[in-house]
Amino acid sequence: MEVRVQNVRKEFDRFPALHDVSLDIKSGELIALLGPSGSGKTTLLRLIAGLERPTAGKIFFGDEDASEKSVQERNIGFVFQHYALFRHMTILENVSFGLEVRPRATRPPKAEIRRRARELLDLVQLSGLEKRYPSQLSGGQRQRVALARALAIEPGVLLLDEPFGALDAQVRRELRKWLREMHDRTGHTTVFVTHDQEEALELADRLCVMSQGKIEQVGTPDTVYDQPQSPFVFGFIGESSTLPVNIERGDIWLGDRPIGISSPEAVGPARLFFRPHDIELVDGDAALSGVVASSRRVGGTRRVELDIGGAGHRVEIDLPFDHPAGERSQISFRPKRWKLFPAE
Amino acid sequence: MSRLGRFRQPSVIPGFGLTLGFTLTYFSLIILVPLVALVLRSAGLGWNGFWAAALDPRVLASLRTSFLTATIAAGINVVFGTLIAWVLVRYRFPGRRIFDAMVDLPFALPTAVAGIALTAIYAPNGIVGQFAAQLGWRIAYTPIGITIAMIFIGLPFVVRTIQPILEEISKEVEEASATLGANRFQTITRVLLPSLMPAILTGFALAFARAVGEYGSVIFIAGNIPFVSEIAPLLIVIRLEEFNYAGAAVIATVMLAISFVMLFIINLIQAWSRRRYGYGS
Amino acid sequence: MAASTHVRRLASPTNEPVYVRWILILVGLLFMALFLVLPLVAVFSEALREGIGVFVQSLQQPDAQSAIRLTLLVAAIAVPLNVVFGLAASWAIAKFEFKGKAFLITLIDLPFSVSPVISGLVYVLLFGSGSVLGPWLRSYNIEILFAVPGIVLATIFVTFPFVARELIPLMQDQGSGDEEAALSLGASGWQTFWRVTLPNIKWGLLYGVLLCNARAMGEFGAVAVVSGKIRGQTTTMPLQVEMFYNEYQSTAAFALASLLALLALVTLVLKTALEWRFGDELAATGRGH
Repeated sequence: MEVRVQNVRKEFDRFPALHDVSLDIKSGELIALLGPSGSGKTTLLRLIAGLERPTAGKIFFGDEDASEKSVQERNIGFVFQHYALFRHMTILENVSFGLEVRPRATRPPKAEIRRRARELLDLVQLSGLEKRYPSQLSGGQRQRVALARALAIEPGVLLLDEPFGALDAQVRRELRKWLREMHDRTGHTTVFVTHDQEEALELADRLCVMSQGKIEQVGTPDTVYDQPQSPFVFGFIGESSTLPVNIERGDIWLGDRPIGISSPEAVGPARLFFRPHDIELVDGDAALSGVVASSRRVGGTRRVELDIGGAGHRVEIDLPFDHPAGERSQISFRPKRWKLFPAE
Repeated sequence: MSRLGRFRQPSVIPGFGLTLGFTLTYFSLIILVPLVALVLRSAGLGWNGFWAAALDPRVLASLRTSFLTATIAAGINVVFGTLIAWVLVRYRFPGRRIFDAMVDLPFALPTAVAGIALTAIYAPNGIVGQFAAQLGWRIAYTPIGITIAMIFIGLPFVVRTIQPILEEISKEVEEASATLGANRFQTITRVLLPSLMPAILTGFALAFARAVGEYGSVIFIAGNIPFVSEIAPLLIVIRLEEFNYAGAAVIATVMLAISFVMLFIINLIQAWSRRRYGYGS
Repeated sequence: MAASTHVRRLASPTNEPVYVRWILILVGLLFMALFLVLPLVAVFSEALREGIGVFVQSLQQPDAQSAIRLTLLVAAIAVPLNVVFGLAASWAIAKFEFKGKAFLITLIDLPFSVSPVISGLVYVLLFGSGSVLGPWLRSYNIEILFAVPGIVLATIFVTFPFVARELIPLMQDQGSGDEEAALSLGASGWQTFWRVTLPNIKWGLLYGVLLCNARAMGEFGAVAVVSGKIRGQTTTMPLQVEMFYNEYQSTAAFALASLLALLALVTLVLKTALEWRFGDELAATGRGH
């Protein structure tokens, strides 16, 4: 189901958590709400769920205005960071719960409920654990039960709030892959909240990057990574280095030196962003040049910190791991891909 | 030291022998030896003598009165204690903290004081008693009076057992229930109350155990009519006043045995709850 | 709430409707008012029924005076003894790992599950006529039953767990790190206890003492059985309350009772103040006794 968030604002006791946010979620896509804590991503998710009411604005499920509907009526599946399983119920009872609380008219017969619950447990690879209690399962297993429970009511939208946040790194990676496979199989419109950019980039069809109650950028992982639209996104997604520069007659200057790249449209002071691996080493004067402050091996490359000029600017660049640069040696480079943002 | 080493794990902290020795000696002198004396005295009657004294109709009647009233009182306390715990944990209203503190009053108020106060209120000329009298009800000097005194002393056990567990239940669980389509009533009856069940049962058992043994707050309001409103602890006192020490010891042994069964049941509930729910109450 | 619009007011998913909330609050508070507040009010109103003059006179009676003195004396003996026990038991249990520890903790709570009457009875059986100890002690002119020692013993029995059950979880929470540090710096065992452990547990200890004292001064059933109720000699305040009450000296009974009720109120206020102020320095005591 398609979800449209339209000019939604949310205040908690006069404190604004979301400012005028609009977002179109396409049917069947897996979208990540990504941002640091306090960015409003969980608030947005809870507004879509109906666990919070917007101060202003509307939320549409398909063509229907869902703002008028209670959380019970919205038919959403919600997965909580800390699982929120019912500890006095077995796994099977947990998964069956959503069907069992339906009004008599729409409630399937008991046998049918059990059958569907078993089917879902099979889907999340937990068959055989029906009679266990939540306290007898591992964190990863609990989160899969929580997902099965959410899927049992055949939700129009699946909402996940930091679903892997409470798990350790190994289980996190496994569940991430597994969630992607699940999504490809079931095709639910899925929104998940995370503060982990790696998770978002790997898992999502699209990212919605948020900061301080606003949406910074929405796009595919490639777009967001390669064409960040704001300094925040550039800094938050992936590695980045930044330098204060000046543009005169189309050329970009750092202090009193041109650095060999140009931007015909811009003029005046600006901030230059580039990624450590998007650089080329060059000889000659028209380049950024710095002294190696430290270097460390990161996977197949060497991450080098450079002191640029005398003003104490420090940037990171990647060099081949066998590059001979040692402490205090001089290196000149130019960003291959970069972006300018207005100076603050 | 090496002999002790097997009994306890080594530690650099001194004073183990002194403190444990004192603890065990003090416990033995104050609690253990007297309790053993009680059991020995009732055992001194022999098997037949013991049962003759225990199955005496007046003893049975007093035990029945004690157990019946204690069960009813604990039941009422479970209903209202759960409600009060809920109100104190979930809602904000003026005076909440004062009422919260007041819950412990029965722990702090001497039982004899509670006894005469309740009697003054519920006696036929008391503030509440006179209304009941107009309706033709007698509260004081009947088993209803006993039950009221037992409600008074048992209430904090239920509230204080449920409160911390209720505080611990995360909002997320209730939200999960709502997202699955459960209305508020279903969430409360199918999710919240069942997960409070171990605490509720423990609270019931504690309130019941206390009520069965209660003396001071009950005897003033009870009327103490043999076979009607005479509680077992009072019968012990009466036997003592008759210098029938063995008879008193027998009733006490029966009650003690029942208390231990209750204690055992409470421990079972908690072990079961820890295993299944991941918390002990 | 405010003027209703055509928009449906949606119930919050984790809250009851306002009217349900207020009904529940009212029912809960009415129940508490009826069963807790009303008795308390009754004590004071009955005590002052005949005016403050009679109230004061009642308390000045020799019987009332001696009952107050005896109650203070009994508490002054029983409470410190249970404090020493509580400190010793919690030190042994919290600072060391040994077999049977869990069982010992259960045993310490035992007096809570014994009827007060039985707590008194056991001493009657131990020291009374027909026992082994009674006649032997009497031959040395030592009176235990129907005298102050018996009252003290019965009081110790019923207040036995109070200090220990407060300190054990507290000291278990705090662990032994501070003590080990002090010892490694060269402090002796006693120095460690006085200068490291005691400051750490002082509020918890005070809390335990408060509850222990309230029960010690207010105990009725256990003391009634062992005291013999000799007017002016072995009647504590609660026993004297009963005596006045049975003699139809209602005002005197309630006057003395009001002192005990005052003690209960002071205890509650101090206890609550401790919980608010030093909540995290007290053990997680959801339930007292």
